[in-house]
Amino acid sequence: MTKNQLNPTSWVDQYADYLFNYAVARVSDAEIAKDLVQETFLAGLKSAKNFQGAATERTWLIAILKRKVIDYYRKINSKKGKAEVRINYSSQSDSAGDWLEENVADPFSTLENDQIENVELGQAIQECISKLPKKQSAVFVMKTIRGLSTEDICNELGINPSNLWVMVHRARTNLMGCLNENWFKL
Amino acid sequence: MINCEKASTICNKKQYKEATFLEQIQLGFHLLYCKTCAAFSKKNKKLTILCDKANLHNLSEQEKEKMKVTIEHNS
Repeated sequence: MTKNQLNPTSWVDQYADYLFNYAVARVSDAEIAKDLVQETFLAGLKSAKNFQGAATERTWLIAILKRKVIDYYRKINSKKGKAEVRINYSSQSDSAGDWLEENVADPFSTLENDQIENVELGQAIQECISKLPKKQSAVFVMKTIRGLSTEDICNELGINPSNLWVMVHRARTNLMGCLNENWFKL
Repeated sequence: MINCEKASTICNKKQYKEATFLEQIQLGFHLLYCKTCAAFSKKNKKLTILCDKANLHNLSEQEKEKMKVTIEHNS
């Protein structure tokens, strides 16, 4: 087995989006997630000499990010009492019938599962995107995730529209295949 | 009449709501008799729905540049 090596200069290009999605799904705030990703890279640099080469770069970075997310929740809960769950009668409207029973979660609801599933789906898609050739993934990300117009993308990448649609087509076909493997076969 | 290559391009455009009305009619007609394209179109639509559902986020280029600079300063 070849040993994995760290290559910090390419971290941002290769893993920033993947890590960012991981963080956003867990702290549900883009600004905080961005800071966590940044901290992860810095922590990774600092402890790069401890890297054994047993895991891939990405696994290693995710492990650091995981600790960062935990630390974040520890920090915001460190003030006494913040971690308590308080149940109040809803304060604004204490009219008749506004009782706790009505605030209880619906036991038959599957909405929570949907949300968890969507987070995992996001990760699966992100992983498939990272496997695409660089040009394809750039076009697909700009078009689908950042929602830029065809014109803007053509200007930025210096390609013509028919070229762009070929790229999009290849990316989408690859993604379909990849998701078929990684998502629907689970 | 359009060929399959044209049809797939229109289908891709449709996923981003960029197909014209005429193109959509051409595609619809093509899908009536071309099973391969009909299957592709179905899968393509599914992919769009999945991407919407996953609510993907990405960092912008400027933010990435900023990160790169910070990393360089610290390495």
